[in-house]
Amino acid sequence: MLKDITLGQYFPGDTPVHRLDPRTKLILTFVYIVAVFLVGSWGGYGLVIAALAAVTAVSRIRPKALLRGMKPLIFIIIFTAVLNLFFTPGEDYLFRWRFIKITYTGVDRAISMVLRVMLLVSGTFLLTYTTSPLAITDGLERLLSPLKKLHVPVYEFSLMMCIALRFIPLLIEETDRIMSAQKARGADLETGTLPERARALLPLLIPLFVSSFRRADELALAMECRCYNGGEGRTRMKQLHMAWQDGAAFLLGALLVAGILLLRRLGI
Amino acid sequence: MSLIEIRGLTHVYSQGTPFEKTAIEDLDLTIESGQTVALIGHTGSGKSTLISHLNALLKPTAGTVLLDGEDIYASKAAIRQARFRVGVVFQYPEYQLFEQTVFADIAYGPKNLKLPQPEIDRRVRQAAGFVGLGEELFAQSPLELSGGQKRRAAIAGVLAMEPELLVLDEPTAGLDPAGREDLLEKLFAWRQARSATILLVTHDMSIANRCQRLLVMADGHIVMDGTPQQVFSREEQLVSIGLDLPAAARIARLLRQRGVSLPPAIYTTQQLGDAILALWGKGDGAC
Ligand SMILES: Nc1ncnc2c1ncn2[C@@H]1O[C@H](COP(=O)(O)OP(=O)(O)O)[C@@H](O)[C@H]1O
Ligand SMILES: [Mg+2]
Repeated sequence: MLKDITLGQYFPGDTPVHRLDPRTKLILTFVYIVAVFLVGSWGGYGLVIAALAAVTAVSRIRPKALLRGMKPLIFIIIFTAVLNLFFTPGEDYLFRWRFIKITYTGVDRAISMVLRVMLLVSGTFLLTYTTSPLAITDGLERLLSPLKKLHVPVYEFSLMMCIALRFIPLLIEETDRIMSAQKARGADLETGTLPERARALLPLLIPLFVSSFRRADELALAMECRCYNGGEGRTRMKQLHMAWQDGAAFLLGALLVAGILLLRRLGI
Repeated sequence: MSLIEIRGLTHVYSQGTPFEKTAIEDLDLTIESGQTVALIGHTGSGKSTLISHLNALLKPTAGTVLLDGEDIYASKAAIRQARFRVGVVFQYPEYQLFEQTVFADIAYGPKNLKLPQPEIDRRVRQAAGFVGLGEELFAQSPLELSGGQKRRAAIAGVLAMEPELLVLDEPTAGLDPAGREDLLEKLFAWRQARSATILLVTHDMSIANRCQRLLVMADGHIVMDGTPQQVFSREEQLVSIGLDLPAAARIARLLRQRGVSLPPAIYTTQQLGDAILALWGKGDGAC
């Protein structure tokens, strides 16, 4: 089922992680990404993994959900591993046969690159799992609002994102529905040559387009009926508030970065 | 042999995620050939999920669906067979129209059946005739039709596949009363003419009333199964599930609560009229 797509899926909950201000989570995710790139020792990876595990535990996200999120990336992960394993230059051979050479440095690199990719992915998934898409958009808009001074249309941007996010589940639902209806009329979406299959998509795409335009039209009308006229001077229904928990989160983030730098310096 | 036999059907959506939802639980049901069956139940009771199993659109989490004694999930060919022998018209079918002309859209199903062109032509004309779409509309774009006409064109698209069992999910939702009545009559006439079987999902008790058999769903189970007479005589249970009674049954119920002694199982206006006139001592039924 299309509904089972987990990319960017939000798992509602009421944990300290869920309750953090979305701005805090956005900034910390950014810090986390930088931190993963700063790691320069196995001890550093250990620290990042421990931090990730701790946040996962506190937010009550099942580790399985994180792993499932990584499924679509499995190809990239394997590719990274193979590339680093076989094509790292060096003389410290672990294994050598004809033109196939594996070096200790290569193994080292492969493991650390794969770890890095997996850590980056699971970190960002943790953000989307614990923060509703609307909250993320809200947070982004607030974080980017200084750019308004430079005439960047931040508000319009975030409105577009908001609407798009709101419509994705609707579109998926609609696709499901139309797919069922056409399958009920004997549509065959799975077999056939490539051109045949492309043609078989028309009965799906046309109704989908028609209904998207209809929805957009209806939404525009509804917004106009409520006298919507752009972002200038609008107040928000949901105000974002930083609380002491956000301060604590920033402190922990800073500790993580400091720890990584320290371990890197010590070479542990 | 029963046309459809469902045994121990369970369907769980999004199994293994926090959104897990059991829509149907251990459901048994048989439908005999030639019946008109109405399926009623609250929103979310699992009606749409149930009908999506009749033509193998959804895979059961547990249980089997037999069509003429054969498992419809047995093979790809069996699934395909089920798709053609069981025609399903989903809610608001007008959104599935996509071809450039009404004719081509109605022909989509028969074409997927890989029928010869003359046979497709015959079926399209016949199906359009059944739902009352004139030939002058054949060359128009389906998107230019009126709401009611779109609905008919979409239903004709399924009728043209000449299914043995026709399943319709809320076919009259959003139509005006005259259009509703008209469409219903045409569907019943189609069933008569083809001696097919109809399963109607509906919220409208006056429609349910006119079927031979009535199924009531609640919380993923079939909680009542019988003739409209049998089902509507269990008023209290229907009300406790949160379902409406037909208008006549509701009036009869209110009258009974006020101490008027009426016979049980009143659910059509005719019966109600007769009963009230009988109380007045002139039971000629002309109301
Ligand atoms: N695609 C789906 N994914 C998850 N849950 C669903 C899906 N479709 C229906 N459900 C849930 O299953 C239950 C039964 O739904 P449905 O069969 O549509 O009921 P009805 O047609 O009687 O209104 C509802 O609680 C609904 O929320
Ligand atoms: Mg439904």
